[in-house]
Amino acid sequence: MIEDVNLAKTIIARRIAREFKNNQLVNLGIGLPTLIANHIPEGINVIFQSENGIIGMGPAPLPGKENPDVTNAGGALVTALPYGCYFDTAMSFALIRGKHVEYTVLGALEVDQEGSLASWIIPGKKVPGMGGAMDLVVGAKNVIVSTLHTERGKPKILKKCALPLTARHVVNMIVSELAVFRVTPGGLALIEINKDSSVDEIRANTDADFIVSENLKTMEV
Amino acid sequence: MFHKIISRKDFADLIKDNMTIMIGGFLGCGTPETLVDVILEKGSKNLTIICNDTSFTDKGLGRLIAAKQVARVITSHIGTNAETGKQMVDGTLKVDLVPQGTLVERIRCAGAGLGGVLTPTGVGTMVEEGKQKLTVEGIDYLLELPLRAELALIGGSIVDKAGNVVYNGTTRNFNPIMAMAADVVVVEAQKLVEIGEIQPELVMTPSPLVTHIFAPAKS
Repeated sequence: MIEDVNLAKTIIARRIAREFKNNQLVNLGIGLPTLIANHIPEGINVIFQSENGIIGMGPAPLPGKENPDVTNAGGALVTALPYGCYFDTAMSFALIRGKHVEYTVLGALEVDQEGSLASWIIPGKKVPGMGGAMDLVVGAKNVIVSTLHTERGKPKILKKCALPLTARHVVNMIVSELAVFRVTPGGLALIEINKDSSVDEIRANTDADFIVSENLKTMEV
Repeated sequence: MFHKIISRKDFADLIKDNMTIMIGGFLGCGTPETLVDVILEKGSKNLTIICNDTSFTDKGLGRLIAAKQVARVITSHIGTNAETGKQMVDGTLKVDLVPQGTLVERIRCAGAGLGGVLTPTGVGTMVEEGKQKLTVEGIDYLLELPLRAELALIGGSIVDKAGNVVYNGTTRNFNPIMAMAADVVVVEAQKLVEIGEIQPELVMTPSPLVTHIFAPAKS
């Protein structure tokens, strides 16, 4: 296992950043997924959308260049790249539900082997609300869940989510610091593994059933 | 000739207890802060607020919740305002959580004369409870119904004296959609300009949708 949480998150971010192709439209969730923007390989231009109403979102503004009218979906000040544009929320979610967004990457409380995701409520404990997550996972062409493999020693990749769902049967890929799984109609397939981990370690820390792909590869990060 | 500009007191007189009010903004960005100030000062109670999120306890419409002026909120996200969750648990605030894309489409339906919208969002989750489900060409959808308000409060970046509105940056969000779905629409003008100063192609909310203009600092 990788004990250093920041290192684990960097591994996840770097791996997911390699997934995108030139000029694809991508929506990154708040938290861990936001880190991915810092790791896009050179030569690849990814177009970032934020659901509050911007395409062509750039990095945080330089000191003195902040504009309070330009924010991301987490409320942080951002910038728009020269090709960027702004729009209202109806347009933003039409883009999302209408399959115009290539990838959405978001975190999980739980994710399961059927590709169902729980990410918005722990009844009686924490109720932040779903925000745009339910629309994003239903609408984006590809749904990637980025998650630490375990939380306080407990697996996050389960046979079946116990918490209320964000959506059912929508996840295409799960990336943790140890492994990459593809969700197939037959269940989870382990397709990549961290060079410092092993299939045994992954089995011991995963509740879900999975098959090991014949083409199992080392995670490139 | 349009006579849409109102004073702080005129606006205060529009606010009544038990009113249903839509307020634009996304985590406070694009929220008409001065209009919220006036509601705080007036102390109106039992409000129903329709909004993207409940912002923060010290910013945007989140302040109305912190001041316990809200009885019900219809929104997509409450995680940044600890008071919303606390009052929900205490039972003093009713919270209806709606997926963001569904919330905006429900408001758009009301403003666009539609009887509802079919969306795949929420199928197979708690969101589908109590809703009609329809299958169209093999895909399941939820029927989501229109959402209207008595009053919509809009944050405009540049507003002319006829009521044409331009929104800068990401302040647009729910504002132009809400401006179509309420009986009375008040826009807070960050910058008020003369008629003719906004290029017609750039208008985002057409003037007939705006009932009143409030300009906190005459500019």
